[in-house]
Amino acid sequence: MSAAAWQAGRADPIARFARYLHSRPRLMLALLLTPPLLWLGVIYLGSLLALLAQSFFYIDEFSGQVVRELSLRTYAELLTEPNLLVVARTVAMAAAVTLACALIAFPVAYYIVRYASVRLKALMYLGVMVPLWSSYIVRVYSWKLILAKEGVITWLAEHLGALWLLEAILAVPVLGGPSLSFSMFGTFIVFVYIWVPFMILPIVAALERVPRSLMEASADLGAAPIATFRRVILPLAFPGVVAGSIFTFSLTLGDYIIPKVIGTSHPYIGTVVYAQQGVAGNVPLAAAFTVVPMIVMAVYLTIARRLGAFNAL
Amino acid sequence: MKTHSAKCHSARRKPFKRMAARAIGAAAATALAVGSVGAAPLQRLGAGEGRVDIVAWPGYIERGQTDAKFDWVTDFEKKTGCKVNVKTAGTSDEMVALMNEGGFDLVTASGDASLRLIAGKRVQEVNVGLVPSYGKIDPRLQKAAWHYVDGKHYGVPYQWGYNVLAYNTKVFTTPPNSWEVVFKEMNLPDGKSNKGRVQAFDGPIYIADAALYLKATQPALGITDPYSLDEKQYKAALDLLRQQRKIVARYWHDAFVQIDDFTNEGLAASSSWGFQVNVLKSKGQPIASVVPKEGATGWADTTMMHVDSKHPNCAYMWLEHSINPKLQGDLSAWFGSVPVVLSACKGNALLGDKGCENNGLNEFERIAFWRTPVANCGGGRTCVPYYKWVSDYIAVLGGR
Repeated sequence: MSAAAWQAGRADPIARFARYLHSRPRLMLALLLTPPLLWLGVIYLGSLLALLAQSFFYIDEFSGQVVRELSLRTYAELLTEPNLLVVARTVAMAAAVTLACALIAFPVAYYIVRYASVRLKALMYLGVMVPLWSSYIVRVYSWKLILAKEGVITWLAEHLGALWLLEAILAVPVLGGPSLSFSMFGTFIVFVYIWVPFMILPIVAALERVPRSLMEASADLGAAPIATFRRVILPLAFPGVVAGSIFTFSLTLGDYIIPKVIGTSHPYIGTVVYAQQGVAGNVPLAAAFTVVPMIVMAVYLTIARRLGAFNAL
Repeated sequence: MKTHSAKCHSARRKPFKRMAARAIGAAAATALAVGSVGAAPLQRLGAGEGRVDIVAWPGYIERGQTDAKFDWVTDFEKKTGCKVNVKTAGTSDEMVALMNEGGFDLVTASGDASLRLIAGKRVQEVNVGLVPSYGKIDPRLQKAAWHYVDGKHYGVPYQWGYNVLAYNTKVFTTPPNSWEVVFKEMNLPDGKSNKGRVQAFDGPIYIADAALYLKATQPALGITDPYSLDEKQYKAALDLLRQQRKIVARYWHDAFVQIDDFTNEGLAASSSWGFQVNVLKSKGQPIASVVPKEGATGWADTTMMHVDSKHPNCAYMWLEHSINPKLQGDLSAWFGSVPVVLSACKGNALLGDKGCENNGLNEFERIAFWRTPVANCGGGRTCVPYYKWVSDYIAVLGGR
């Protein structure tokens, strides 16, 4: 750099400012961090706190208007039987979906990591990811057609002579119904389909990190493949399963579209929140309802942390 | 099919419309209304201000962009020099919220939003003297309770429609004449039970449909208005709905999902809209509709004027324009609704001579028009307010 340019740089206010900051690293850090922290603090946490505050207001019995006074009345309403049933139903569905996702995802992930050739691996990654690029609504609606009484599955069952099996499944009390798309099984199947990629990817990441040398050592020491799997691979990959389960569990807990389109119209937490704030204008109860998944997830994350899930993320 | 896709678009909002929230708007409206002065209505029409801003349901104000045949804006703009700006809103709540925000001249409010807007002082009295054709409106609508309050007009009726009982003609060789087929477990004419083959609407307002059925079948309950239910009447309606839960496998809330259910799930009967029935018929499905002997619930929309309207002259010109027979007939054909001006039913090419009848014109007397249930329902009675309807309907759907 020539002396003239250096001189010009000295006069340039931006350069002067840069030099000023350079000598004050703390100020620079503060300036850089303030916008994202404001975003996180005000917009993200702030709206969450506003929501929490709402849940301590209540609806006036007579006028149906929100009373802005602190009260636990809304929580008393939340703890009535129909609402607790909604919570129980949602948590049970989330748990079942998570379990099924794990059972499907683990073998798939294992195959991708251990056996698939480079090309097949890329193809399988693509297979897992591609559904995520298309519209969620379109996928849910297309499942409605697949599960319909006059849909693909019934047709297939008819041609395979397995109609009795389908009928037996649909005859299960509570979970069954007149057709798959009119039953809780249907809701479950679609939930599993929609969320399973979120389980596969963390398990793949976890399995990638299991060193091949450990498995070879296990085999050298005389362990049968099953023992190696149970005592080496599974413990090392389990945090990946827990990490995936955080996604599948929380996503199922909050979803309100799938239960509206597929299933028996039984309410879930998401659909109730949607109805209470959108239809009833009962924002306090909707807010109280959203506190439920927050608590459930807090408990869940505490357990997940103990299981080492965050090391696998 | 172009018409269809556009109709589809307009029909999409209806579920939300009926499901739309009521109480919150009332609360917000009252809070925001403080300080705004109730302006006296315009006494003489002046020159147009060059524009008019309208909040409307999608598909309600068409300028030929979706289908060139459906255009009732271009000629108005040419004639008056008032450019029409439309802001569409998908729910009654959104409409109330937009009106609370301000900056608009008119809104096409449904019966549930209109009273809220009046109570919240967000809309102004309309001088019907400046709407020369007002006298041509169906006399039954000129002073309807959802826009005529304390002897004052708060808007000009726009269109109305109602909920039908749709049924499969292969199951019912003669049309069912009672809502009973969707409320009570019974064998249908094809010899099979209705369990799992009937649907109900997935929205708390459906409690009114149950009440309407009880009004006819259990006169001892003394129900006069399905939107004003005291505790006892309300409980009877809920009991009926709990019985219904056992035969309904799935409640509908999206017109297209229901069309699919009629096509692929062997549905025999359900509460529905003319829209679904028309689409199903056009696809060659064996579906027809009827208004059973108990009557039906329905909706009626009114164009109302914002209290701080900046373009009142253009707004009044639109109000007059909105009830001209051509517009009313075209809109009715487009939307599957019924005109508020009866002369619109004759000689409209798009609507056809039977159009108004098909859309329900002759059923007016048997329709209980949508209103927000409120605690203070007049006559010294206390009724169950709407937010209770919501919680309890959720409980019913959950099997409680």
